[in-house]
Amino acid sequence: MAERILMKGNEAIAEAAIRAGCRHYFGYPITPQTEIAAYMAKKMPKIGGVFLQAESESASINRGYGASAAGMRVMTSSSSPGLSLKAEGLSYIAGSDIPALVVNVQRGGPGLGGIQPSQSDYFQATKGGGHGDYRMIVLAPASVQEMASLTIRGFDLADKYRMTSMILADGTIGQMMEPITFEDTEPTVYEKPWALTGTECKRPHNVVNSLYLKPDELEKKNFERYEKYAEIEKNEAMWEEYMMDDADICVVAFGIASRIAKNAVAEARKQGIKVGLIRPITLWPFPKAALRAAADQVKSFISVELSMGQMIEDVRLATESLRPVTLCNRAGGMIPTPDEVLSAICKAEKGEF
Amino acid sequence: MEHKRLTLFAGHYGSGKTNIAVNYAVRLAKEGKKVCIADLDIVNPYFRTKDSADELEENGITLISSRYANTNVDLPAIPAESYRLVQDRSVYGVVDIGGDDRGAYALGRYADAIKAEGNYRMAFVINCHRPLTSTVEDTVEIMREIEDAAGIRFTCIVNNSNLGSETTKETVLESVAYAEAVSLATGLPIWLYTAEEKVAEGLEGIPLLPLKLQKKYFDLPN
Repeated sequence: MAERILMKGNEAIAEAAIRAGCRHYFGYPITPQTEIAAYMAKKMPKIGGVFLQAESESASINRGYGASAAGMRVMTSSSSPGLSLKAEGLSYIAGSDIPALVVNVQRGGPGLGGIQPSQSDYFQATKGGGHGDYRMIVLAPASVQEMASLTIRGFDLADKYRMTSMILADGTIGQMMEPITFEDTEPTVYEKPWALTGTECKRPHNVVNSLYLKPDELEKKNFERYEKYAEIEKNEAMWEEYMMDDADICVVAFGIASRIAKNAVAEARKQGIKVGLIRPITLWPFPKAALRAAADQVKSFISVELSMGQMIEDVRLATESLRPVTLCNRAGGMIPTPDEVLSAICKAEKGEF
Repeated sequence: MEHKRLTLFAGHYGSGKTNIAVNYAVRLAKEGKKVCIADLDIVNPYFRTKDSADELEENGITLISSRYANTNVDLPAIPAESYRLVQDRSVYGVVDIGGDDRGAYALGRYADAIKAEGNYRMAFVINCHRPLTSTVEDTVEIMREIEDAAGIRFTCIVNNSNLGSETTKETVLESVAYAEAVSLATGLPIWLYTAEEKVAEGLEGIPLLPLKLQKKYFDLPN
């Protein structure tokens, strides 16, 4: 077995990015994700990579845009308020069909909010953030190990589909330490014939751009992009099921909320309540098929979130509102306790919605 | 155990400084000393000495900590009372310094007074399972950066090599070679080994400070 390392979630993202072949990181410090930048600052110069602390969030994502256009694996990271500042870049990267890995270690909002963990950027991550018709692949790690493995997966998906993969983590997983393992594998290398690598007068110029002068061409591009998104929805949804086999109640939770919910599900099972958990690992594409199938089995759903209820809308859509969906939540940087989730499960068991 | 009037804990972030500082302060108090612990962390707004405020109070230990620690105010602040550490020689002072060189800058303000008094121990906390201190070379690099920022040289090593909840006796024993190699490379003696109480039970042959870990709100199963 490969060596165990004790890592913070943020460090795991940074180390995984390096192992995935990322040599261009552009960042800006903000709590609770600053360890990503600190780690890159320490390591990148030693391995011939670029660590650049830009003058702003907007500058950092646009430098990533440039390096990605040149065919590099790039990453930028921030926390909630910083992601709002990066929103323009997200849209331009989508409109230019180039890959990028963007990390959001969420904190409480809106506005400057606070520095405690949150999941309230779910809408921003899965429904837009920037302007225009576009999607991002959104990966939601629930452990330090997954901070690493989903970062590597995120780079691969971004290159494969020429779009942004976002790691949507939260302050808890960014800050907490767990022992993890890195597999000794070489990064997957994707051909990038579209990249700006110099023509050497042997091929026509490549152009990376999101501006279209003719509306019909822009429309065509949008339709093409959505064909790609449909393919991703079909093939790339990831989720975990826990004690769902005979479940009457289904808890839906991602990231840190799913770790807490697992405690509650295990405790409820001890009390004889048939409850299970579906944990979306990709938030876009949302694991619709798993949720729709569960709707034929269970009596009700509980969406556990560190927000005022954002994913709950996707749970209702995926289950076609066939069953009641209740919300168990804390917001503003507060975290639900396993007991709070357990009492939501007990209520659902009694049919109280 | 022989104590100095001031004990300073510094090291890479996440090396375990705060837990060790709190446990050492409690140990001093239990030996009947008048103890004051100061949180000089200007880097990390989380995982602060203040997390152990209740335990420190129970043991009659004075806590000097920024009023902003563990709040949403993400400010690198140090309270004025911190001067008590160097001015009031009637207390045993334990100092929890922020991670890396960035954190150690805070100590610079007090460095001259600490050196003038000359009754201190500056402990370098290390963990070979942390990614940026996994080799002797990297560990020494971080150590020198901290010393340059703090304006004080380390006088000893605290080996806190651990894998969190997966730490076993073997984890501790296997790290002896690493700690000794750091000791050899730096000329600093290994003052202490630290391990969580259950792990420490029955460990012999090394100078050991068993650790009671700071309060966890609940376990997170995978």
